[in-house]
Amino acid sequence: LATTITIDADLTDSDRSKLERILVDPLLETGRWDDSIGPDQVDIALIPGVTDTPAAQVVHAAKLLGIEVRDASVGRLITIGSANSQEQDGVEVGRRLANAVIERWEVGHQVEPGFAAREAAIPETEHVELPDDESALVSIGRERGLALDLAELITVREHFVELARTPTDAELETLAQTWSEHCAHKSFRADVVVTDHDGTVRSVEPLLTQLRRSTAEIDATFVVSAFDGNAGIVQFTPDRTYALKCETHNHPSAIEPFGGANTGVGGVIRDIIGAHHRAIACTNILCFGPADTPPERIPEGVLHPTRIIEGVVAGVADYGNKIGLPTVAGAVLYDPAYISNPLVFAGCIGVAAADRPPLTGPHPGDRVVVFGGRTGRDGIRGATFSSMEMDATTGDVAGASVQIGDPIVEKLVSDLLVDGWNLYTAITDCGAGGLSSAIGELADGIGADVELTRVPLKYAGLAPWEIWLSEAQERMVVAVAPGQMDDLYRLADRHGVELTDLGTFTGDGQLVVRYGGDPIIDLETSFLHNGRPRRRLEATLPRPFRTRAPLACSDPAGALLGLLAHPNIASKAAIIRRYDHEILGSTLVRPLTGVRNDGPADGIVLAEPTDDHGIVIGIGVNPWYGLNDPERMAWAVVDEAIRNIVVAGGNPAAVALMDNFSWGNPTRATTFGELVAAVQGCCDAAHFYRAPFVSGKDSLNNEYLTTDGTRHAIPPTLVITAVAPIEDVANIVTPDLKHSGDVLVLLGRTVPEFGGSHLAMVLDDHTPSAVPAPDQSAADRYWSIHEAIQHGLIAAAHDCSEGGLAVAVAEMAIAGRLGVELDLSNVSDDLATSLFSESAGRIVCEVRPQHLAEFKQLFGEDGIIIGHVTSHVTGENTFVVSTIAAGGTDGAFELTIDQLVTAFNTTPVGSET
Amino acid sequence: MSRPRAVVLCAPGTNRDGDVAFALDLAGADTQRVSIHEAFATPALLANAQLLVIPGGFSFADALGAGRLFALELVTHLRDELLAFVAVGKPVIGICNGFQVLIRTGLLPGQGRTVALGPNTDETGSPNGFVCTWVGIRPVSTTSIWTAALFDDETGTPRQVECPIAHGEGRFTCDDETLHALQSNGQIAFRYEGLNPNGSRDDVAGICDSTGLVLGLMPHPENHVLPRQHPQHLRGHRAGLAAALFESGVAHASAL
Repeated sequence: LATTITIDADLTDSDRSKLERILVDPLLETGRWDDSIGPDQVDIALIPGVTDTPAAQVVHAAKLLGIEVRDASVGRLITIGSANSQEQDGVEVGRRLANAVIERWEVGHQVEPGFAAREAAIPETEHVELPDDESALVSIGRERGLALDLAELITVREHFVELARTPTDAELETLAQTWSEHCAHKSFRADVVVTDHDGTVRSVEPLLTQLRRSTAEIDATFVVSAFDGNAGIVQFTPDRTYALKCETHNHPSAIEPFGGANTGVGGVIRDIIGAHHRAIACTNILCFGPADTPPERIPEGVLHPTRIIEGVVAGVADYGNKIGLPTVAGAVLYDPAYISNPLVFAGCIGVAAADRPPLTGPHPGDRVVVFGGRTGRDGIRGATFSSMEMDATTGDVAGASVQIGDPIVEKLVSDLLVDGWNLYTAITDCGAGGLSSAIGELADGIGADVELTRVPLKYAGLAPWEIWLSEAQERMVVAVAPGQMDDLYRLADRHGVELTDLGTFTGDGQLVVRYGGDPIIDLETSFLHNGRPRRRLEATLPRPFRTRAPLACSDPAGALLGLLAHPNIASKAAIIRRYDHEILGSTLVRPLTGVRNDGPADGIVLAEPTDDHGIVIGIGVNPWYGLNDPERMAWAVVDEAIRNIVVAGGNPAAVALMDNFSWGNPTRATTFGELVAAVQGCCDAAHFYRAPFVSGKDSLNNEYLTTDGTRHAIPPTLVITAVAPIEDVANIVTPDLKHSGDVLVLLGRTVPEFGGSHLAMVLDDHTPSAVPAPDQSAADRYWSIHEAIQHGLIAAAHDCSEGGLAVAVAEMAIAGRLGVELDLSNVSDDLATSLFSESAGRIVCEVRPQHLAEFKQLFGEDGIIIGHVTSHVTGENTFVVSTIAAGGTDGAFELTIDQLVTAFNTTPVGSET
Repeated sequence: MSRPRAVVLCAPGTNRDGDVAFALDLAGADTQRVSIHEAFATPALLANAQLLVIPGGFSFADALGAGRLFALELVTHLRDELLAFVAVGKPVIGICNGFQVLIRTGLLPGQGRTVALGPNTDETGSPNGFVCTWVGIRPVSTTSIWTAALFDDETGTPRQVECPIAHGEGRFTCDDETLHALQSNGQIAFRYEGLNPNGSRDDVAGICDSTGLVLGLMPHPENHVLPRQHPQHLRGHRAGLAAALFESGVAHASAL
């Protein structure tokens, strides 16, 4: 593998030697000029328009050296070797080594370098005839990829009939983006008609209304703003507020894993900047197909999981590490259902001073100002693309929707907007829909008049609607009072950020977009934002199996090792270590914890170096419960996220929640019924724990249609992120066992609940059984835990989740490198249930003997003593389970800690760096 | 004793500037973050300071190799000012990306010698990319003004520092002759203790110039200046605090 640098310039020999001194470090590399490409070599270059940071830096370096360079392109030269020389048709090579979505390649000779396009601008704007004939109307919508249904298309047509003119292409695209599932969340805002189990039909409120209502009814004092703007805002202490947001970036990550995940992270960070907060940490939850999936199981047009895993992880790491934010909390899940539709959830948390006056704009007369990256033909129609299901052609047709991020530019923009926080009256980010959604949203009700020829372009040749729709990354739009412009220009100059004044917020409620003075868009913002006909969706509620049933387990020791080695439970260190979780010096509890920093943590604790208080982040997700019982899944993952917080020392009285639903096609009544059930579970759990939802994001149509017509839908996947305050960072707890001789206490009740359990997966025994039911005593328990932690009564605590009690205790032993002796006879009367049932609300606590009496007073009957901590002697069986179930010592077993460690550290194939 | 002025010089992509500014202020400095645009426009910002930091990050995205463009910017616009800064005896520290920059400018190891920081490799020597983990580093050089407070006053025994690394290009390498020269000149500032996380030759984690004023190292001492920042602090671990390193630099600067 070699890097190829193609330079468009007339270079003298001295120019060459100057450049070579910068480009080649003789201690590390060798460089050659005008090298020829062998028949067994593949030359790969980026497609023009795809962000090519190295090329830009080559031009930059040449400028500093006083060398005239017109353009540059940086690519890869790969020697495939004789073994693969039959692949010289290039197609197979490309599929294996490159990605046609962003790259092009040649075998045996030089590929055309990805120099920026240089055609002259095409200012044409097309007027589109919308026919009366419905099928013709629908096919126009499909041809243009508008992703609008018939009712919406008719509404658009009627509107322009009233205006007595035809819409322009720019107007159609603007409406399509603004009304897309991605931007408008139509299904969450739709009227719902539910068919119950008994066949009775009733209509219920839109799902978003239900979530908003639950938050309003909980009426928590710490909620500043919920489901409004770019992020949820909470205030736990008088001094500052926090902005919370979690986004999905599923479709882009499926076709271009690195760029898709990369821009997913960049996008959610911009949401926090757009909420007028300074980003302090990132989270991510990733769902992949199994790394060991045989290639023949991969549908046409789908990348193999190992490439998706490698690309997505590299994309997440690249953006977070380079922009300088700790990537702290997350989860990685593997299931065959994610092979053709991986999921990437990217979250971000921001902080701001609480005494800062809120933004009140935009005001009429304010300037419309865009910052940051230049605009190119990248990321066109991302919002509509991500609102459609994918098939084998998606990679080709939607290639332009995916981009590579530039975290360096976003860092500059972020620093500028934080420094100049008082210089603008309103702010939002350019995400899906680009300027059309950013300016469109800001102009809602006020109106704006902007000139597109002022937009700084990466290269010429963009049609007006492309400039308006481009989702080129790292751009923010702000409203600025005319009197503040000079200060803003000065600040932008100091930060080295490009700033452009596009026009005015008018006050007349019209969105007018011009190109060279001529309007190409003239729409009432009221129609743009409120003109969409409300959808009506049918929902057939699922009928989950809710009978508790045990599972037979003949070899508990083998099952425990199998669970620890299962990709969903095994160590994620190979991925976590590629993320910088130390930068900013505020990460007090990291994703890996314990004596050797290799045990899994529950809640992640952050506190600014100057503070004594902080926040804790917990995450809950379990699609296997979702397959069996979406309503209980929702409750269970809310409970898990809150438990992660509570065991770390977070205050259960002030928990803010975020929801992320990744689902299938909502127009299928059964699929939407599962979503309705899950939202019900969310609202019930939120009420029960008095934990309000403050922000959410849904990604629907996560389905893949293979060429043979088979439809692959993902399991109902709900990610819950919980955030709560830590009053005093002196009182935080981690799961690693601390001292030999301490007592182990299990809090909560254990019953045979194996629906969607990991034991069922490991044994491949799917005997019907209930998904863990809500635990009505959990809330009181969490209160007592918090009190116990404040009094220093808990040395270590860990929640029981996938794999149940046995996996929880094993993880504590691994993290602390200490042994345990367990007697589970009081846990349940069934072996597999005591060890592996996933009953909700349970926590394992390590208690020092001198604190046991006080601890018992707090928890009474709720606490069951299950054993004690022993020392760890290498090679000796110090993980001892003497009695598992009441009556008899059946199934008793012993393991060495090293056996547990070895099983837990089985790295899933493909997740190595 | 007044607080010495410290300048943290930032390029686009610098991102640990805040962390090191906090560590220096804690050590008694009066720290100011300055962008290269500002420094190029007003070189006095540098001349008026007593201590200079080139912080960690991904300057210019490290797109042409770590630190190369940042170094080229400095050599093009600020060469004389930097040489003058060291010539009058003011301390300079480059951390992670800053270490890579100081090497590319020639300030480290100095005397026209060349060393490099290559892509990380694992035990087997195969590349293993970006790694974020905690390491122990042992001060070696007694000539560096930055390690002064890391040796016991009476016994002179070195005190190990524990802090995280977060880099993809930290493998120290150079030819035999250079390595021997650095060893005999006392220019090996720090060695990895136990885990060598990136395949560095001779376990070198940091080097200084022959005057001892200029230090470059890959790990991030600025991320362990409070005991609670250590991953084991909840297990009662209190050793390896890196604050003394910044106190050494600040003490030297305030004596100027």
